Amino acid sequence: MTGLAGVGALVRLALRRDRVLLPSWIAVLALVAISSAAATGDLYPTAASVVRAVGAVNDTPAMVALYGRVPDVGSLGALAMLKPLATGALAVAVLAIVLVVRHTRAEEDAGRLELVQAGAVGRFAPLTAALVVVVGANAVLGAVTAVGLGAVGLPVAGSVAVALAWFAVALVFAAVAGVTAQLVTGARAATGLAVALLGAAFGVRAVGDTAAPWLSWASPLAWAQQVRPYAGDRWWVGGLAVLTAAVVSTAAYALVARRDLGGGLLPDRAGPARAGRDLRSTTGLAWRLHRGPLLAWAAGFAAYGLVVGGVAADVGGMLTSDQARQLFAELGGQGELTDTVLAAMLGILGVVASVYGVQATLRAAAEENTGRAALLLSAPVGRLRWAAGHLAAACAGVVVVLVSAGLAAGAVHAVRTGDAGQVGRVVLGAVVQAPAGWVLAGIVLAVYGAAPRLAAAGWGAVVVFVLLGELGPLLGLPGWLSDLSPYAHVPHLPGGQFSAWPVAALAAVAAVAAFGGLLALRGRDLG
Amino acid sequence: MAITASGLRKAFGRTQALDGLDLFVRTGEVHGLLGPNGAGKSTALRVLLGLVRADSGAVDVLGADPWRDATAVHRRLAYVPGEVTLWPSLTGGEVIDLLGGLRGGVAHDRVAAMVERFELDPTKRCRAYSSGNRRKVALVAALASDAELLVLDEPTAGLDPLMQAVFEQCVREARAAGRTVLLASHVLAEVERLCDRVSIVRSGRVVDSGSLTELRHLTTTSVRARLAAPADGLAALPGVHDLSTDGDQVRFRVDADALGRVLPALGERGVRDLVCQPPTLEELFLSHYGSRS
Repeated sequence: MTGLAGVGALVRLALRRDRVLLPSWIAVLALVAISSAAATGDLYPTAASVVRAVGAVNDTPAMVALYGRVPDVGSLGALAMLKPLATGALAVAVLAIVLVVRHTRAEEDAGRLELVQAGAVGRFAPLTAALVVVVGANAVLGAVTAVGLGAVGLPVAGSVAVALAWFAVALVFAAVAGVTAQLVTGARAATGLAVALLGAAFGVRAVGDTAAPWLSWASPLAWAQQVRPYAGDRWWVGGLAVLTAAVVSTAAYALVARRDLGGGLLPDRAGPARAGRDLRSTTGLAWRLHRGPLLAWAAGFAAYGLVVGGVAADVGGMLTSDQARQLFAELGGQGELTDTVLAAMLGILGVVASVYGVQATLRAAAEENTGRAALLLSAPVGRLRWAAGHLAAACAGVVVVLVSAGLAAGAVHAVRTGDAGQVGRVVLGAVVQAPAGWVLAGIVLAVYGAAPRLAAAGWGAVVVFVLLGELGPLLGLPGWLSDLSPYAHVPHLPGGQFSAWPVAALAAVAAVAAFGGLLALRGRDLG
Repeated sequence: MAITASGLRKAFGRTQALDGLDLFVRTGEVHGLLGPNGAGKSTALRVLLGLVRADSGAVDVLGADPWRDATAVHRRLAYVPGEVTLWPSLTGGEVIDLLGGLRGGVAHDRVAAMVERFELDPTKRCRAYSSGNRRKVALVAALASDAELLVLDEPTAGLDPLMQAVFEQCVREARAAGRTVLLASHVLAEVERLCDRVSIVRSGRVVDSGSLTELRHLTTTSVRARLAAPADGLAALPGVHDLSTDGDQVRFRVDADALGRVLPALGERGVRDLVCQPPTLEELFLSHYGSRS
C-alpha cells in the first residue's frame, strides 16, 4: 500500500516532537486517577458510607451534569472514578484532537508536510501516523492507569475498564479531528471545530444524564461512563467506539484522497483589496485576529449560560439530601441553595474563561514564532504596545465571554423566578471570575516575555491550579498550597460574601506578572 | 551615512553569528550585503532593525540607535524579511494597507501602481499565496511606502525572472528618488547589476567592502590573447598568474596594478587579438570563499 508508505518514520518523528508533551499528559492523568482512587478509599471506609455518598452525588443534578451518574450505589470504585473518569475523558479527547491536528493540518500549514510528502511518504501516511500516535499514547496511559488503580486496591477488571473507557473516547475524537483537519482551512480552525464538537458532546451528555438518559448515548463523551467501570464493566461499549471511530476515520481518509495540499473543501472567497479604516493600527489587527475565536467562545458561553439559568432554580429545589447540600456548599459557598448552584456553575465558567485568556495571550508567542511579529515590528510599532495589545485583547475577552454567559444565565433565571434583579446578581457573579483569568494571562505573558519557547507552559499553570482545587481537599494538602491557585480566591457569588480585596489582589498579581513579562520582552531579542 | 555599524558581535548560544562586523552604507546608495547562507546577513539586518541587540559594537541607523529608538528609526525605513509569513485570514491588500497605515498613511495610487507592476492579486487571502506572492506583498508594502531606507533580505527569492526585472527597475527608481537601499542577497548577478557598493560577509564579518571597481582593483583581471610570437617570459613578469598556452593562444590573470606593464610585453610579442575581462563578482566572491580557510 503505497498510500501508507513512511508511516513508521512519521510516527517516530511525532514521538520525537512530543517527547515532553506525551509523557507529561500521561503522567498527570494517571496520577490524578490513581491518587483520587487512593484518597476516596480512605474517605469512605464502610459500605454504608459509600451508599450515602453515591446517593448524595446522584441526587445533585449539577454534579450529574458535570460528571455523570454513579451507576452502582454500592461500588466504591465507581464513586472514586466518577470525577477522574469524566475529566479524564475530556482530557484524552482534547489530547487526541491536539495530536491529530498538530501532526496533520498544522504541519501542512507550516509547509513542512509538503516537504515530507515529496519524499517517499504516502498520501495517507500523516493521518495514519497521527492516529497511531493517539492509539499508542492511550494504550500506554491505559496500561499505567489500570496497573495503578489495581495497585491501590480497586478490582482489576474495573481498572482495565477505566482504561478502555478513556481509550474509546480518545479514539472517537481522534477520528473527529481527522475529519475537521480536512474540512476547514487551517489548523486553528480545525482544532476549534473539533473542540466545539467536543463541547456539544459534553452538553448532550450533561442534559442526557440529568433529564433523558437515552440522549446520553448520542454523546461519544458519555461512552466513557457507559462502560461502567466497577459497576458491570460493559466491554461492548468499547466496540461501539471502535466502530464509530472506524466510520468517521474512513470519512477522513476519503477527504484526504479528494483534497489538494493546503486547500480546504470550501474554496476561499476573494476578500477586500484594501484594508478598512479599522485595520490601520496594531489594535485593529489585534481585534481582527481575536475577533473570530472570541465570538465563538462568547456564543458557547452564552449557550452554557442559558442552560445554567434554566436549571438553577429547579436544581436548588431538588437538593434533598444533606450531603448534597454539603457538596454544593463546598463548591459554591454558603447561602440560598439556588444561589450556591449558580455560584458553583459560574466558578466552572471562570476556569474555562481563563483557558480563553491563556490561548489568547499565547497568540503573541505564535505571532513571534511565525515571523509575523518581526514584519510588524519593523514598522513604527513599539513591541511593548504590540504585546500589551494582545494581553488587553485576552483580558477584555475573558470579561466578554463571562458577561455573555452571565447575561444569558441571569436573563433566563430572572424570567423563571420573576425577579428582574437576578440579572445583575448573576452577571456580577460571572464577572468576579475575570481576575483569576487575568492572573493566568499575566503568567503566560511573564513566561513568554522571559522565554518565548516555554510560553505554552501557561497550559501547565491552568492544569496545576485546577488540580490544586480538585485534589487539595481530597489529598489533605496544606491550605497555603491550595491557596496558590487564583481560583481559590474568587468570591462565591451570587449568595456569598462579596469582598473587594481578593478581587483587587488577583488583579494586582496579574498586573505585576504582566508587567514583568513586558519588561523581559523589552530586553530580549525578538525571534 | 545612512547606516554605520562597527564591531558588531552577536552570539546565539555557541554560534557566533556576528564576529566584529563593520558596515557602512552611504545615504542614497544601493548597497549589497553579500554572503552565503549562514554568513550572518540576516542577523546583521535584525540588529540594524533593533529586533536583536548586539552583544557589543556600535550601530547607528539614520542617525539613531535602532535598539533604543526602534520606533523612530522604523518610521523612516521599510523592511522585507527573508522569509515572509503573513496573517492567513487577511488579504494581501489588507496587509499592504496595514503596514502602510502603521507607517502613518498609505498612498493608494502608489500601492495600486506597484500592485499592478508586480501582477499581484490583492483580494486573495494570504494563506492562498505562494511564497513568491507573499514576498510580493511585502515588497509592494515596502516599495510603495515613502521610507528613506529600504532593508531587503533576499528580496527576489521565489520571484520569477519577469518579476525580478520589475523589482530591479523599482530599486533603480528608488535610488533615483534619493532613497537608500540595503540589499542582502546571494544572487551575485543581481547584486552586480543593482548595487553601487558591496560588502562581502563571511563568518559574521565583512571581509571586503567597496564599489565593484574598488573591489576589482584589489584583484586580478583575466586576459586572453593570440600572439604572433611565443609567449616566453610572460609568466615571469611580476603580477602575472596562472598562465597557460594553447597553440598561439595565451590565457593568464594579472593583478590590476600590473596591467600597465604587461600590455607592452604583449605588444612586443605581436598581439593579434586581445580580450581583457575584469573579474566578475562571482570571481571576487569565490576569491574570498574559495578556500574557506
